[in-house]
Amino acid sequence: MGLQQFLIIGAILFFIGLFGAFTKRNTIVVLMCIELMFNAVNLTAVAMSRYVVPYNNNHGVLIPETILTGHIFSIFIITIAAAEIAIGLAIVIALVRNYKSVFISDAKELKH
Amino acid sequence: MINELATWFIFFCPLLAFIIIGMVVWPFVGKKSKVSGYLTIAALLSSTILSFWALGSVIQNGHALEFESHNWLKIQNVDINFGIMLDGLTTIMLVVVNSVSLLVQIYSTGYMKHDGGYSRYFTYMSLFTASMIGLVLASNLIQMFVFWELVGASSYLLIGFWFNKPAAAAAAKKAFLVTRLGDFGFLLAILYLFFNSEAFISNGLNPFEVIDVNNAVALGVISSSVAGWVAIGMFAGAMGKSAQVPFHTWLPDAMEGPTPVSALIHAATMVAAGIFLVARFFPLFEASKEVMMVVALVGGVTAIFAASIGLVQNDIKRVLAYSTISQLGFMMLALGVGAYSAAIFHLFTHAFFKALLFLTAGSVSHSVGGTFDMRYMGGLRRLMPWTYGAVMVGGLSLSGIFPMAGFWSKDEILNHAWHSSTVVSDVVFWLALAAAFMTAFYMFRAVFMTFEGSYKGGAKSDPDIEISVEVTPHESPKTMVIPLIILSIATLLVGWLVNPLTNIGSIPMHWFSEFVHVGDGHEKVLAFNKMLAAISSLIALLGILLAYLIYVSNFGIFKSLQKTTSGVYKLLMSKYYFDELYEDVIVKQIFYSKLAAGLDLLDKSFIDGIVRTIDRSGRNIGRLIAQLQTGQLQGYGVVTSFGVLLMFGIYLIFR
Repeated sequence: MGLQQFLIIGAILFFIGLFGAFTKRNTIVVLMCIELMFNAVNLTAVAMSRYVVPYNNNHGVLIPETILTGHIFSIFIITIAAAEIAIGLAIVIALVRNYKSVFISDAKELKH
Repeated sequence: MINELATWFIFFCPLLAFIIIGMVVWPFVGKKSKVSGYLTIAALLSSTILSFWALGSVIQNGHALEFESHNWLKIQNVDINFGIMLDGLTTIMLVVVNSVSLLVQIYSTGYMKHDGGYSRYFTYMSLFTASMIGLVLASNLIQMFVFWELVGASSYLLIGFWFNKPAAAAAAKKAFLVTRLGDFGFLLAILYLFFNSEAFISNGLNPFEVIDVNNAVALGVISSSVAGWVAIGMFAGAMGKSAQVPFHTWLPDAMEGPTPVSALIHAATMVAAGIFLVARFFPLFEASKEVMMVVALVGGVTAIFAASIGLVQNDIKRVLAYSTISQLGFMMLALGVGAYSAAIFHLFTHAFFKALLFLTAGSVSHSVGGTFDMRYMGGLRRLMPWTYGAVMVGGLSLSGIFPMAGFWSKDEILNHAWHSSTVVSDVVFWLALAAAFMTAFYMFRAVFMTFEGSYKGGAKSDPDIEISVEVTPHESPKTMVIPLIILSIATLLVGWLVNPLTNIGSIPMHWFSEFVHVGDGHEKVLAFNKMLAAISSLIALLGILLAYLIYVSNFGIFKSLQKTTSGVYKLLMSKYYFDELYEDVIVKQIFYSKLAAGLDLLDKSFIDGIVRTIDRSGRNIGRLIAQLQTGQLQGYGVVTSFGVLLMFGIYLIFR
């Protein structure tokens, strides 16, 4: 198991999420797809932290301040994702109240 | 010998009067201030004295006085100058314009006394006189054109002087538009000369200097066909100003203005501007036989045409207006047969006796309460002896009876037409003779209707006029009678004294005819033709006799001719339907419904079409682009992420 495999899986997960976010009509599924993209980024960040960061100095000596950067970013993203999903679900509720549907295509007020 | 500055002051005096009255007296001293009348008279008196000085100088000099012209504008290599041309023709015109104008202004102080626009009247009159003097002094075509148009503009102001009267406002507009139509030809002539300016300049001439234009044909600078076209253009302008058929319709309507205006502008001076123009460019006209033929024919037709309409008019001023058109026709005819000096001579004498006749018409109208309709006059001979005497002098002169001024000039025209040996001159000779008969008839018809018989109530019986105060016929005040007397004396004298048959004291034989040729002698002065004079006098006397039989005597047959029901009468009364032809056929049917409608269609379909296409294509492109804005965030997201990928790809390739 090396960095490459993690990155490939991360990329696949990201594009599955991206595809779902752009094509699904159901708002909840779209939110789930966005979570998927977050997790793909988390995976990549942690993998990078594990394989790349310790060796990025010139003398092969670990630098304690940088060793957990990726992990901390992941936790950060999970926190923000929680906040985001709260807002997202609030929007979904507002959508349902206004349009009686969860379909994203029904919210087209911005159309010309 | 007059110098240039003094000559300019002939023009500046009335101009200064115009400025002072218009900018100081009228707004600050008063709308009815007497000062304005006195100022105008003073200005014209000085101009008149200066004009006589100019006349004396030219006589003394023996040929035209030459002053240097001043540069005004330069267009590419064409110089446009302004300056003074002081030859026989100019000085004669100066004397006529100034002296008649002076007398008319004196008369006006009486005639316009009670008018609310007294100051305004003299403002306009001064402007008119200044522009007329500017016109006759001009040595340059462009300068001449400027004053030509100024004369037209001041005529517009004066015809529409009583602008709250709808007929006067309409008449002013009509006069301006009809003369403008002719002026368009004049403008084209100027432009055509400008197109030929290369030929002039390479020969050291200026295409706009009057002398150079006149010499151009003789020097071979321009061909006679070019000269012909230029002359025709100028003649169109002259026809407009001098009310020749078919541009004559404005002059009778112009009688809506105050009577002194009619006397000065629409009888004596301004309408003579057309004759003056043709006379000024006479060598140019002479270069082309065809143009001369056109001039002669138009003049001849106008003479008889207007005279025949004059036979039936009931408005005394309209009779005189048609008579003016007819006499202008005589002058044109004379120019057309090459009788340059005879035309100017007739212009000269006509100015005096026609001004006289108009002023008597004003005097009569003043006396009977404001109407001009002869059917409500009559019997004024005893009540207005001075006016009657003046009208007799004027009427006899117009009819061409010895020894009045009109006799000499009319006879000279007939003589020239007789001696000229082209087909056209033969035709116009008979036209002129017939017109002379009609002239005598209508003039004395007017005289008899006005002064003989019994008084028929004046303005009181005229249904068209509302009078506020009862007026009994009376002789006019002194300010009005004195100009009448002076003009009568002039009418009695100028004919034989200015152009005598033999040497009278220090005045040589045919002085006038020789004098107007100062500068260029290209026409022989004909000897007096006794036979022709006898015949024309006889014809005029017959006309007077006929008028007497119909309107004064009580012979049954002739009395019945007064009846006004016949077809000919109707045709004449409606002026050969010229107004109807212009108004209903040309303006409404051709101009409005064809030309204007066609242009309207072009405007709506083509020009508006272009605008609408631009407008629509903008809207359509906008709509097309608006299609992209679906409001679907997912769609925007797809485009955005593909854009990012694209940029990333480009970065990778061109790294």
